[in-house]
This record gives sequence, C-alpha cells and structure tokens, in this order.
Amino acid sequence: MHKETAGDAPSAPTTRVRHRKRNSDVGAGAGKPNGSHLLVNDSKKYKSFLIRAYSTVWMIGGFALIVYLGHLYITAMVVVIQIFMARELFNLLRKTHEDKQLPGFRLLNWHFFFTAMLFVYGRILSPRLVNTVTPDKVLYRLVTSLIKYHMAICYSLYISGFVWFILTLKKKMYKYQFSQYAWTHMILIVVFTQSSFTVANIFEGIFWFLLPASLIVINDIFAYICGFFFGRTPLIKLSPKKTWEGFIGASITTMISAFLLANIMGRFLWLTCPREDLSTGWLHCDPGPLFKQETHALPGWISDWLPWKEISILPVQWHALCLGLFASIIAPFGGFFASGFKRAFKIKDFGDSIPGHGGITDRMDCQMVMAVFAYIYHQSFVVPEVLSVDKLLDQIITSLTLEEQQALFMKLGQMLQEKVIGS
Amino acid sequence: MAMEKDLNPNSPRIRKLRDNSYPTTPTSRMSSNNQRDNHYPNIPNSPRDYNYTPSSPTARIRHRRRSSENLAEVNRSNVSRVSNLLLGDKNKYRSMWIRTCSSLWMLGGVVFIIYMGHLYIWAMVVVIQIFMAKELFFLRRRAHEERRLPGFWLLNWHFFFTAMLFVYGRIIQQQLVNTVSSDRFIYKLVSGLIKYQMVICYFLYIAGLIWFILTLKNKMYKYQFGQYAWTHMILIVVFTQSSFTVANIFEGIFWFLLPAALIAMNDVAAYFFGFYFGKTPLIKLSPKKTWEGFIGASVATIISAFIFANVLGQFQWLTCPRKDLSTGWLHCDPGPLFRPEYYPLPSWIAPFSPWKGISTLPVQWHAFSLGLFASIMAPFGGFFASGFKRAFKIKDFGDSIPGHGGFTDRMDCQMVMAVFAYIYIQSFIVNQDYSVEMILDQISRSLGHEEQKMLYVKLGDILQHKLQGRF
Repeated sequence: MHKETAGDAPSAPTTRVRHRKRNSDVGAGAGKPNGSHLLVNDSKKYKSFLIRAYSTVWMIGGFALIVYLGHLYITAMVVVIQIFMARELFNLLRKTHEDKQLPGFRLLNWHFFFTAMLFVYGRILSPRLVNTVTPDKVLYRLVTSLIKYHMAICYSLYISGFVWFILTLKKKMYKYQFSQYAWTHMILIVVFTQSSFTVANIFEGIFWFLLPASLIVINDIFAYICGFFFGRTPLIKLSPKKTWEGFIGASITTMISAFLLANIMGRFLWLTCPREDLSTGWLHCDPGPLFKQETHALPGWISDWLPWKEISILPVQWHALCLGLFASIIAPFGGFFASGFKRAFKIKDFGDSIPGHGGITDRMDCQMVMAVFAYIYHQSFVVPEVLSVDKLLDQIITSLTLEEQQALFMKLGQMLQEKVIGS
Repeated sequence: MAMEKDLNPNSPRIRKLRDNSYPTTPTSRMSSNNQRDNHYPNIPNSPRDYNYTPSSPTARIRHRRRSSENLAEVNRSNVSRVSNLLLGDKNKYRSMWIRTCSSLWMLGGVVFIIYMGHLYIWAMVVVIQIFMAKELFFLRRRAHEERRLPGFWLLNWHFFFTAMLFVYGRIIQQQLVNTVSSDRFIYKLVSGLIKYQMVICYFLYIAGLIWFILTLKNKMYKYQFGQYAWTHMILIVVFTQSSFTVANIFEGIFWFLLPAALIAMNDVAAYFFGFYFGKTPLIKLSPKKTWEGFIGASVATIISAFIFANVLGQFQWLTCPRKDLSTGWLHCDPGPLFRPEYYPLPSWIAPFSPWKGISTLPVQWHAFSLGLFASIMAPFGGFFASGFKRAFKIKDFGDSIPGHGGFTDRMDCQMVMAVFAYIYIQSFIVNQDYSVEMILDQISRSLGHEEQKMLYVKLGDILQHKLQGRF
C-alpha cells in the first residue's frame, strides 16, 4: 500500500479517496497549481484505475466462491476478516517504546478478543449448535451445559483479564496502559457488533447478508463512475474527492439495482433459506411469503409502450428499496467517520493488506454500518411479517424436545395469566 | 470501592511529587485536570499547601470514615512510613466521625427507598447513574476546546438518552406490557414502541453519529474523536452495571440488596480490621490497604453473607419478583430457595447448645458464593478506579458526597458486584432453558395478545395428543 510519499504537495490533503478503483497514489495528479482534486481532472486516473480494478476483481471472485460454498464458509470468512481488522486496529495506537516495557500486554488484547469471540458467537450459534448435535449422545449434554453456563464462562474469562490488567499496572505507565485498555474495548465493540450481526444475518439466509453487502459495493462503484465523468461540486470537507454528482448518481443507481438484485437473488433457494444447523449440504425449504412472486398488471399507459403486459415482483423487493435507501444515504457516513478518524490521528490508511485499497478496515467501514442496519431491519420489519402462529408452532415442534415443549407451554401460560391479571 | 478516600489535597498520591519540595506545585498539578480539589469550598487551598512537607508519602487512606478535611493531618508528615497506616493516626477519630455521619445519612436514605419499593429503587439507580455519567463526562472535558464547539456537550446527553431508552426498554419490556391493560389506546402505543424499540434506538444512535460527523471541525478532530470514544466508554460502563442492577431488582429486591450490603460490609470490615491490626501493605496501587484488613474483611463478609441471607430471605417484600410496574404490596410463592430447611445438629454439639437444630434457607449457600466474590474480586474494582485516577492525575471523580468524594467513588466496587450478581443469578439460580427463552422472546415480541392465546391453545392440543399417543 502506498503511504504518504514525499512527493505529495502539502497543499493537497491526500486523504482516503472514496472510490474503489482509484489508487491512492494520486499525489502526482494533485500537484496541479490550482489545487483541484476532483477525479475528473486527474490525468493519471487510468493507470490507478487498472490497479484497483485488478484487485477488485480478485476480491469479488473470491467472495463469489465463498458464497457458493455456503453459510459456514461465509462465517469463517467473516471471522478471518474480523481477526485482520482487529489486528490492524490494535497495531494502530501501539507505541513500540512502551510496549517493550510491558511484556505480555499484547497477549491481554488477544485474551479479550478471544473472550469476545466466544461470547458473541456463542450466543448467535448456540441454537444451531444444539440442532446439529443429536440428543442421545454425550456430546449433546456437553454442548447444552456449555450453552447454559455460557454467560458465566465468558464473564469469568473477562474478569480474569480485568484482574490480570490490574496486577500488571506498572508505575510510570498507568496512562498508557489505561488508554490501551480503553482502546482495546472500543475496537472489540466496533468489530464484534457488526460481525455478530453479519453472522446472524447469514444464518437467516445468505440473501440478507449478500444484498446489503452488494448494495454497498455498487454504491461505491457507481459513486466512483459518476464522479469520474461528472463530478464537480465537493461534497464534504472531510473527504475532498467526493462530489455531490457522484453521491446523487450513486444513490439513484443503488436504489434501482436494489430493486433488481432482490428479484434476481430471491429466486435461489440457496440464498433465501435460513440455516437451522451447522451442516453444509444443500438447503430445501419453503422460502416464505416474501419470496413468492406476485404479478401486478401494468397500468395501461405503460403497457402500450412495453411488450410485457404485467410484471412479477417479489414482495421482498420493497424491503430491498429501504435497504438501498439506507445504503446510499447513510452508509457513506461510515466512510466519513473513518476519514475523519484517520485525519485526527494522522494516519493514511488502516493497514496495507490489499494492494490498491489499503487495509481491510478501509474496505469494511461502510459495510459495518450497513450490516448493523440490515440486522435490525430484518428483526423489526421482516421477521414479524413472516412469522405467524403456524410457523412458530412448527419451529417449536421441530427444535424443542418434549420436556422443553412442556416447559414452554407452562411458561407461556404463566405469561398470559400475568397479562390478564395486570389488565 | 468505598475503602480509600484521601480527600486532603495535601497528600500526593502521585509518587513523583514526593520528591518535589516546592509547596505550591502539588496543588497546581492536581488541579490541572480536575477543577475541584477543594471539597470544602470555604477553606482556601493555600494555607494547607504551605504546611506540606514532602518527606512522607501520605497516600490515599483506606476507609470510609475518614474525613478529608483534616488539617492536623500534616502532623503525620513527620512520622515514618509504617505509621501512615491508620494505626498510627492521631486524628482518625475526628475524620471517622465526619465520615460516619454521611455514611449514616446514605444508609438511612437507602433503607427508606427500599421500603418504598421496586420502582423507587429503580428511580434511585437512574439518578445515581445520571450523576455518575455527569461526573465522568466532566472529567475529560477541557474548557478551552469546549468553547469552540457549541452543542458538543449536548451530543453526550443525546447518546446518554439513547442508551437509557435502549437498556431500560429491553429490561422492563415484559413488566411494561403487563402493566398496561389490553384494550386501551395506550396499550397499542406501548406495544408498538416495544416492537420497534431496537429500530428507534438505532436511528437515534445513527442520528447522533451523523450529527457528530457533521460537526467535526478542522483543527479539533483529535479532541472530538477522543471525546466520542470517552463518551462511549462511560456509557458502556455506567449502563452495563445499572441495567444489570435494575434486572436484579425486578427479580426480587433481595438480589439487589444482598450484593450491595455485602460490598458495604466488606468496606466497613476492612476499615475496622485495618484500624486495629493493619501492618502489611496489600498492593502498590493503594498504599493504605493492608493484608490484615483484606483477610479480616473477607472472613467477616463471608460470615455475614450467610447471616444476611437468612435475615433478608424471610421478608416477602424482598424475595418476590415484581412482574409489573405497580407499587403495592407483593404476595407470591417465594420458591424453593427461600423455604427453610431444618438440619438437626449432630449429637456431639447438641449437649452444648440450647438449639436442637438449625434451619437454613437454601439461598444461604448461594449467598456464600456471592460473599466470596465480594471479598476477593470486587476490591479489584476499587483498584481499577485508583489506578485510573493515578493515571489521569485526578484526586476524586467528583465531590457530591461530603467526606466520600463523588458517586463514582462510592460505586466502583458495586459496579463489579452488580454484574457478577446478575450473571450468577441467570446462570445458577433462575432455571432457564436458553432455547425456550429465545422462543418465548420471539413469541412475546412478534405476536399480539390474541395470537399468543391461539398459540397456547394449539400447543396445548398438540402436547395432549402426544401424551395420549404414548399411552
């Protein structure tokens, strides 16, 4: 990755460039006397375009392969990305001088990382884990007791890390150690919130992971292209290369492609079925009312012009419109946040893992905001629409044992009784 | 943790100041980040400074009952290091008196609120939380930058409000639904709010994030990002423990009162043991703590945990869970944990004591574990706070409570204990089955009242068929 070079003219704030296909090595282009930094005016853009396009294609290809392989592999990919992100961010504010005086301090960071991973993935994957293990074996008992005491286990791990931290406080280094402790917590919260929501989305159906991610990618690409050809008015001081034309063009394109992509993706059972356990085989399920085609007759004045008399829409496409709206308007703020952060701490990129793009955190900043929104949207608007008494009943009968069903019955009875009394 | 409170600005907890023989420097260093190092504002700082003699490391004192306002403490500066421990202090009786007064007031207030009930305790927790957040927000603000960023302070409170809505919304969801009757308009409003609670909180948070980004000012990026991170850390620390505290309260006041009382007991016992027997220092971070105090307090705490649980477990007001937000008296079946079991004493003790057997509540064994944690682990919360204050060179988190410092000073060990108590209760006491709970959660969130009844009836039918099919 190309760090700040000496050839950068000091008048040009070479911060993160927004668009994927643009190489950050654009300093030569910024050496123009009138200081215009927009992509339209940059002469070396074609070369940087190629470099970025190359690595983009590789990333997309790898991604498509993993989606084909299935839920577990996607989860593994998310976990790997997360480890790299955490490593980049941990390294950012470390100061090697102080670190030499504190042996084992880095290990503490990874201890907390491991605890967070156990906690987050334990909560998300535990129902699937229970479904994977057959009820009559010893492994089942082990797994269910691990799940029962899951919170206690994670808490004891955390407390031991906490006590370890306090016992290793060294006299002149209190401030550094406390800052590192706070920094570790912030990193872990940022990284794990979004990755836990991403994994939860994956197991609801790859569609709910793939659609938001693609929308962000499309938003990026089209903002680049529109800025490439039409960009004139700067958008925000934080990122001087972004333009209003790029922003608006990308918004419109994102929403249209959200509508279309949802239609295309919604036809594959592999993408729309939820995964109830940790197997890797093919999925067959009833996708639910959201993915059943509805045909709407086109109004008279359109049908005169087009050969089709009616269009078939999946109800999920309306939800996709909301996702597209969010992806185009609000998700870019994740990018602005990262830009501001890098300016504040005077760093050029979070890392240099990906040639032409920077570190993994650079790629994932908008994705993080989107993943959280997608999960919350799904839980609040999609699930209640889809869930019905019969579906819940099915779920209860298939995933709970007889004793658990009886326990559920009793507790439900209690709950209903309390409501009646309370009213 | 309540244990150490050296509120005399003369006594430098900062070791390097020991070597600095110039009298005015300690005050200026201590007040650089902390605008209030004078707990009794009518007494000026300067006279005490001139009396300061740097040869003795008069570090933080351990125990609650010690007042800050001890002018004669400077006499100690000539005494040797061992006598810095409470054992050798001549004016400790006077400071004990001042701290005792404020402790008694606090105790009285807490007892009154417990008598009033769950809702009032919850309100008290919220008030304490607001004060803690205010103290902590205040700590890292720098007045100079603050003037150039109007509205930035407001952003903190926006995030605070969002966090409060999120956390308490989740905890009292069930209670709220039970309180409002089904046929009124307000029921629809409340259930709609609960259903979309996550979305509402998320959008409030995103609005705050966007507001933050749009107010980033050119030369002040680093300060603003630092404040943003600081705000998040504060809110997480404050709200995690207070949400667990409130969850405990609605499980039954017993589960809130017992851990809190154990922490207070630990503090008080540590003070007294240190007062009479303290000789060996415990940890560099808090030089006035001693091993004798620590061990004595541990033993006392564990024993009193056993006894408190017996005493407290006999009141239904304390042991019944509250299922809605009413304030009346509670009647319930307290459950197997609170039914006395009778153990006849073994025959070799029986001749010596007048009782033939002892009756214990099963909950006393759980109280044992709580007491163990309170005496061994919870003090680390206090060490953390001490280290934090040393790292950032502040004397106390605030000055709301005379003789004790700010709210955060009082609550530091309580925070660690509240989290442990919640997790202990959820893991070992409340028998819950995770998958059953998840499905129940889904049912209550996604289905309306009528649909839930329908589900209940259908499930009943299916289970009956299954049971009949077996025979």
